[in-house]
Amino acid sequence: MPPPDSAVGIVALYPSLLGTYADGGNVTVLEQRLAWRGIPAEVVTVEVGEPVPATGDLYVLGGAEDGPQSLATDVLAADGALSRAADRGAVIFAVCAGLQILGTSFSVSGGRQRDGLGLVDIATRRGERRAVGEILVEPTPDLGLPMLSGYENHGGVTARGPGVEPLGRVAYGVGNGDGTEGFVRGRILGTYLHGPGLPRNPALADLVLSWVAGPLEPLDDSDAAALRDERVEAVGRGATSWAKRWLDRRSRVARAV
Amino acid sequence: MLPARTRLAVAAGHAVSRLSRALGKGAGASVGGKTILALDKGAIAAMAAGRPIALVSGTNGKTTTTRLLTAALSTVGEVVANAGANLPSGAAITLADAPPGRRAVLEVDESHLPAIAAATEPDLVLLLNLSRDQLDRVGEVRMIAARWRQMAATLSGATVVANADDPLVAWAAMAAPKVVWVAAGQPWVADATSCPSCSEPIRFADGGGWVCSTGDLRRPDIDRTMLGDDTGLRLPGRANRANATMALAAAAVAGVDEEKALAAMADVGEVDGRYRTITVGRTTARLLLAKNPAGWHEVLDLLAVSRDPVVISINSRVPDGRDVSWLWDVAFERLTGRPVFVTGERWRDLGVRLRYAGVDHEHRPSVEAALESLPPGRADVVANYTSFQSLIRHAATAPEGATDAAA
Repeated sequence: MPPPDSAVGIVALYPSLLGTYADGGNVTVLEQRLAWRGIPAEVVTVEVGEPVPATGDLYVLGGAEDGPQSLATDVLAADGALSRAADRGAVIFAVCAGLQILGTSFSVSGGRQRDGLGLVDIATRRGERRAVGEILVEPTPDLGLPMLSGYENHGGVTARGPGVEPLGRVAYGVGNGDGTEGFVRGRILGTYLHGPGLPRNPALADLVLSWVAGPLEPLDDSDAAALRDERVEAVGRGATSWAKRWLDRRSRVARAV
Repeated sequence: MLPARTRLAVAAGHAVSRLSRALGKGAGASVGGKTILALDKGAIAAMAAGRPIALVSGTNGKTTTTRLLTAALSTVGEVVANAGANLPSGAAITLADAPPGRRAVLEVDESHLPAIAAATEPDLVLLLNLSRDQLDRVGEVRMIAARWRQMAATLSGATVVANADDPLVAWAAMAAPKVVWVAAGQPWVADATSCPSCSEPIRFADGGGWVCSTGDLRRPDIDRTMLGDDTGLRLPGRANRANATMALAAAAVAGVDEEKALAAMADVGEVDGRYRTITVGRTTARLLLAKNPAGWHEVLDLLAVSRDPVVISINSRVPDGRDVSWLWDVAFERLTGRPVFVTGERWRDLGVRLRYAGVDHEHRPSVEAALESLPPGRADVVANYTSFQSLIRHAATAPEGATDAAA
């Protein structure tokens, strides 16, 4: 066994609160991709009432419903360790409600606006329509990523402040609501992509891991590549016929519940 | 006597239904029911008037519990029920086919339950469980719980039979004037880890109890405990004992002798193809439906008793939910080491999930092709909703003379 301090420390934050859309799969993917390369990793799962480890290398947050999202924000703010981790340059990967939590504010039940953790200069307000459906993202070129594919299901419209780059431009779907998707600021990355996002996009998983573990040898991801091609084609089929396009719009405008 | 408008709507609905069947477009129930509701929005209320009605709702177990309750209530009189058609159109055509005054048992989609309850003024409402399912279509499960709670407060003429072990269900049912609390279990607790009332963490006790960390909300006192595994039920597994316990509690409220009810329920061997055994090639396969993480949680327990091959079929049509992210909430790791075959329209998503779970698997173009490729023996097939429907339509053989149209 390697000494414990050489293992990559992955911290899964409140999976029972921030796991509505199966984003726990992202943690599985991060852990496995290290294991397959023989890089030791230790996953610490933190639930409410437990302290957030101060020395993690990579903190992971997932999507949630309004109530649990607010609760997670309160306990993270009270704990303080995530903010200190961000200050010392730890990597944070956050999805959907998790993305919103990292910003300065977001909206909760009844349209009320509340404070986020303020780790990143982004702010989320409630959109007019919930964004539900397949999403394709053309990543910001300097990230060196292929087209990203996922599934989005959120009511938030997220505005980025100066100096906060998007993860990419939306080729299909809604994303942040202004034609961009997610954000990258330093070693903090946020996205609306479920699916979950990392199994659907192994190159994104490796980008995040490389910030912690350095350059990584490639893995055989042919099954994920074929899946991505299938999803791109499925979205493309919807966009070639006007009838399908109309139906698609109708089905994507889910009832705002 | 029904109002003239309702009678006209029913006649039109039956005509459309017959036409649909004649054209080979399926059983015709859905289009017939839609026709009735298009012509008379108040048809369900009119047709429900003057008959006792039981409503069954929840994320999992609706169809099976409806079947079990129907069997139990049939020991004291004739009963009509909808067979899986749990949208308002299904309720409409079922009531249209029912003689006046006859007891009806209706399974109802979770999101339509408040409207159907308002229209039918039921005497029994069974609330089974709530967990994540079809999040793209149904929305957040807590919103459903909140709408159920509003509904429960209006159920002045009903006895609510509620699963006390599910915090979301219990919180909703507490608003009802009259509740029978059943300890029906809810092994999947991931959707109830924070209090539906105040969002504070909920603590689950080993014995099945739960309490909000503020102490303000806790599991209600139990009126009925779970049936043991010695009751002779033909339907397998913990989830079906829970379904039977809920049905038995409701039947008891309706005045049915419990021993007779239990005997009638024990005799139910399959429910719309669920648990049916088919033979393909040299393989005898059991058909199981699992369409969300909570359902899979129970099915993985069922699968764990053997090392038989498993065929998994996953679609993502509208009734399945378009988003298959939920596959990552299923502990497929438990299938490691046994033969696994993947099929269905989203087999690639399933394949990626299984690779990360460390489960070796092979793709086959269909369930039948997977079963034909197996050596002689037994297998289990697990499919989600639309893949299950197409499977039982094409099922090569159906022992016991069962067909997919069984009512």
